[in-house]
Amino acid sequence: MDFVVEMKGITKVFPGVRANENVNFQLKKGEIHVLLGENGAGKTTLMNILYGLYQPDEGEIFVKGKKINIKSPSDAIANGIGMVHQHFMLVQNFTVAENIVLGKEPKKSINLDMNKAVEDTKKIADAYGFKIDPNSVIEDITVGQQQKVEILKALYRGAEILILDEPTAVLTPQEIEELGVILKNLVKEGKSIILITHKLKEVMGMSDRVTIIRRGKVINTVNTKETNIEQLAEMMVGRKVNLVVEKKPANPKEVIFKVEKLEALDHRGLLALKGIDLQVRAGEILGIAGVDGNGQTELLEVITGLRKAKSGKVIINNKDVTGKSPKEIIESGISNIPEDRHKRGLVLKYSLAENSILGMHSKKPFANGIMMNYAKIKEFARKLIDEFDVRTPNEDVAASSLSGGNQQKMVVAREIAKDPDLIIAAQPTRGLDVGAIEYIHKRLVAERDKGRGVLLVSLELDEVMALSDRIAVIYDGEIVGVLDAKDATENDLGILMAGGTLESQSKGGVQ
Amino acid sequence: MKKLLSIVLAVLVTASLFAGCGQQQQQQSQQQQQQQEQPKKIETSVKIGLATDEGGKGDKSFNDAAIAGLDKIASEYTVEPVILESKQNDQYEPNLKNLASANDLVFAVGFKMQDALTKVAKAYPDKKFAIIDSVVELPNVESICFKEEEGSFLMGVIAAKTSQTGKIGFVGGSDMPLIQKFEAGFIAGVKSVNPEAAKDLENRKNVKYANSFSDINKGYELAKSLYNSGCDVIYHAAGGVGLGVFNAAKEMKKWAIGVDSDQALTVPDAKDVILCSMLKRVDVGTYSASKDTIENKFQGGKTLILGLKEDGVGVSPTVNPAVQQSTLDLANKYKEAIVNGTIVVPSTLDDVKKFQPVEIK
Amino acid sequence: MKNKKIIKSVASSLLFPLISIIVAMFVAVIFVMWAKHISFFKGVQVMFKAIWNGSFGRKDSFIETLVYVIPLLFTGLANAVAFKTGLFNIGVEGEFMISITVGAIVGIIPGIPPVIHVILVLIAGTLAGVLWAGIVGYLKAKVGSNEVVNSIMMNYIALYFSNYLIMGPFNKKGLAQTADIQPSAMLWRFLGDDYRVNIGLYIGLLMVVLIYIFFWKTTWGYEIRAVGINQYAAEYGGINIKKNIILAMAISGGIAGLGGAVYVSGIQHHAIQMVSFTGYGFDGIAVALLAKNNPIGIIFSALLFGALNTSSISLQMANIPKQIVFLIQAIILIFVAADYVYKWIAEKRKKGALLNE
Repeated sequence: MDFVVEMKGITKVFPGVRANENVNFQLKKGEIHVLLGENGAGKTTLMNILYGLYQPDEGEIFVKGKKINIKSPSDAIANGIGMVHQHFMLVQNFTVAENIVLGKEPKKSINLDMNKAVEDTKKIADAYGFKIDPNSVIEDITVGQQQKVEILKALYRGAEILILDEPTAVLTPQEIEELGVILKNLVKEGKSIILITHKLKEVMGMSDRVTIIRRGKVINTVNTKETNIEQLAEMMVGRKVNLVVEKKPANPKEVIFKVEKLEALDHRGLLALKGIDLQVRAGEILGIAGVDGNGQTELLEVITGLRKAKSGKVIINNKDVTGKSPKEIIESGISNIPEDRHKRGLVLKYSLAENSILGMHSKKPFANGIMMNYAKIKEFARKLIDEFDVRTPNEDVAASSLSGGNQQKMVVAREIAKDPDLIIAAQPTRGLDVGAIEYIHKRLVAERDKGRGVLLVSLELDEVMALSDRIAVIYDGEIVGVLDAKDATENDLGILMAGGTLESQSKGGVQ
Repeated sequence: MKKLLSIVLAVLVTASLFAGCGQQQQQQSQQQQQQQEQPKKIETSVKIGLATDEGGKGDKSFNDAAIAGLDKIASEYTVEPVILESKQNDQYEPNLKNLASANDLVFAVGFKMQDALTKVAKAYPDKKFAIIDSVVELPNVESICFKEEEGSFLMGVIAAKTSQTGKIGFVGGSDMPLIQKFEAGFIAGVKSVNPEAAKDLENRKNVKYANSFSDINKGYELAKSLYNSGCDVIYHAAGGVGLGVFNAAKEMKKWAIGVDSDQALTVPDAKDVILCSMLKRVDVGTYSASKDTIENKFQGGKTLILGLKEDGVGVSPTVNPAVQQSTLDLANKYKEAIVNGTIVVPSTLDDVKKFQPVEIK
Repeated sequence: MKNKKIIKSVASSLLFPLISIIVAMFVAVIFVMWAKHISFFKGVQVMFKAIWNGSFGRKDSFIETLVYVIPLLFTGLANAVAFKTGLFNIGVEGEFMISITVGAIVGIIPGIPPVIHVILVLIAGTLAGVLWAGIVGYLKAKVGSNEVVNSIMMNYIALYFSNYLIMGPFNKKGLAQTADIQPSAMLWRFLGDDYRVNIGLYIGLLMVVLIYIFFWKTTWGYEIRAVGINQYAAEYGGINIKKNIILAMAISGGIAGLGGAVYVSGIQHHAIQMVSFTGYGFDGIAVALLAKNNPIGIIFSALLFGALNTSSISLQMANIPKQIVFLIQAIILIFVAADYVYKWIAEKRKKGALLNE
């Protein structure tokens, strides 16, 4: 069997982490090979080594049977390896053709031969079935098209082996389908493709073979046809995974949290909330569904005291907390899993111990007067780490050294530990792997069952539908409908989210 | 690491290149020295040190003048004076201490060092000290003061004679007795020739203080406002601030009078606008104190007051052609009158008010 | 295992400052060779001998080094506190200066019992610094105006206002200074009156310990550091950003002010008219940067800068321009700055890698 790429015994150690440990990886010619693993498992590190961005501490790399030493991306490109990163590296105000030839421009004496660039782009796009206009400017085209440009860029540089890092993360369902077709075309032309992903659905739909990596080690390489989602999930996470959120019917009690006629301006000074009314009861999860930018961020900021309300009220436990400081609001019983854990959730350079008490740091037993009690803080952090299965060497490492899933677990742990009456969960699982998502969902449901109220805001409709007991749809700064989760269909919600109305709507579950 | 190593190597290589040059230059300078050493110097074992104030070497005025006196001594005797510059006023004391521990005679240049010198002179009773512009009454300290008012008087005469508008200005460093001596003498000089012009000086309308001896911008602004109000000659006693006065004079095409050293020479850029300068022969002071020490005639505990009579102050050798010969002759007559005691120049602002101008034709 | 790791991390954080010091010395030697027309090895010999003798080698010079260390401990700490909060308090210089003046004025008052008088001087200086920096902090927090610009302006106000007071109402006739403070207002010179070193040194070391505790053991320090690293997370965690900005500036100014008061009551004993800035506040920036804002590290970087300052005397006695000292300090700073830039870039890269995981 001849392999186009063979990586043998690759080991890469970062301070505190063994990112890859004795990894063997083989890519056959003309296959689509998925590298599957949770966030932080070491997939991207392995591919960065292949692309020359990192040097392995141990191990050898063979390309087309020849042992090579890849010291930089240009070595990789010279050996026919191209990589499309998760974050595109395109010049925003250049055209498609200009971006594709950038760094390898066709020249006419010393001038850039723009006509040839456009021609080359057309030729290469046609050859692989890409529909793209070489003359359109990058900032005007969709993310899906930008990804195509990145792929074309790699092909233009003569890539035989294409690495795509989380290519579907930024695409709509239709675009994902289109990408699948493109990849099949490329394979037909004799290219070999490595896909990095943690999304199981796509693995099944797109790949020929799958290599599963867990905590830096290869668990197995299997043929896609001979496996199924459950098996893959189990290999990836290391245990049986429950892919649907299991929950008993809610047992809601009294209303603990109310938002009344809330109005607020956004950062441009425009009215972003136009009289929002919401109620959350103890022991229920209220989901807020909506397309990004319809006032979700402003709503959460006003509730948590980070933004001033123009009018209206926020009431927790019959106490009006409108316009109070974040500290007072936290102390009144609202805790918040923020939508951006790097920006709001964690002080990344702080240790986990220090992060574990953010918001409770001046309370006993963590502080006595102004002196902090680090013994108690560490003990508390260890307890959270244990209880919430945060994967970390100890509580003294900086939060930044953890993977996204573990960081988020730390945030969730802390917010639950505040013993709130209402937990706000804003995009609580964004960018996380299956294991972490499953865990966080389970925790939120458990907290609901303990009698806390949960206000879930997510852009992923699946998540809202799976978790919520009631679903409120936000559109243009207004709540346009509140449905009982049992009765809500994807179709109905989609209509409301787009600003439409439902005929003969019984506003179920409002009271 | 590799990069660092290469930087270190590069530095070493450059260093060795320099080393080569250094040796060559050293040989050359030795040859030059041998040639220069032809005139025989008088042997002496006396060691001399000098501490400047924050102005430091190269202030083209006060400190440089003091150093010039030592240079002259070094050309006559086998001494190699050590100069220490003070970065901050809190370095006066350590500087003087260090100099005292290694030298026989130590100069403190500037009245601001009075406190520090008093302390150090007490700590080193067997060493000799001299202070410029201030009086320290200790047996091992010679105080060197100048009758700045006498030199300034002559500047007043020249200013009043040269002025066309009859309006004359004064810019001082800081409003305190030492600088007021300049002001007082200057006003008295103006008053002797043109009592009308002295009025606005006496009521301080045309007197400005910069509260600094180094802020060139301040000097520029003050001088400009004076020129704008009609003055066409400004006398400055403000160290580095004076450079700003000269700049303003150049821009407005007016006259200025320098101070301490012959500023038409030390500030050649401004020689066209400098009428003349009030020479304060700090070099005479440092030279004579050094010479006295070498010849065992050091006058500890005494205060040397250098005036026109002792050539401690005077009109600079460089005089602008705009100053008429008759004016210079007049200044000389006043000088004689002061030297022989006919005129007693006031040294305080109070005395100026009492001063009766003596007219000399 | 754990110990090894700590040693390794300490070693790696020391590596850059040490290399920068060595390179700075080498470059300085080149200039010495050039200035004195001597060979490389001779230059090394002359310069290091002068620096060593002028800073540590002799009893006198070592004591003088400690005298310079005293103000640098305070200004270094003052800058570190601001840096830790993500603020750049360029105004340490002005806070230090105004406190010298205020300290001198309080020190002149006759008839106050000894210990109480010293404490009054120190408190007055501290309050002056708090006020000076607090204004900047208040403006930053309430109006959002830039602390760098405002603190530079406050520096000039401090300079001119001090000179007004020194030359005006509190002038000692005939001199460009205030009268000497009362003996009751002087800090004890524990090696006798011949040496200017005084218990201000211990006050400085005490401040180092206090600030260390403050940073890492108190809720205030916790909040201030959080604000410095990530304002958004801090805000979300219920930390009042504005309060902390004002607090950090006030503490920074208070330390600088205490330093000014110690300086006047321990070293200078009067306030002299200031021709320009004292430089201690600005040197404090370098001291804090070289120490990477670590209070303990500030002891060592203050010692280095103090030693360099003192050795400027022996360098001049050896006929080497005192500017060599500035040169060495500047090169060290360039390296330290380069280190910061390098770290910043590395961090950005690492972030990219992390996001891709």
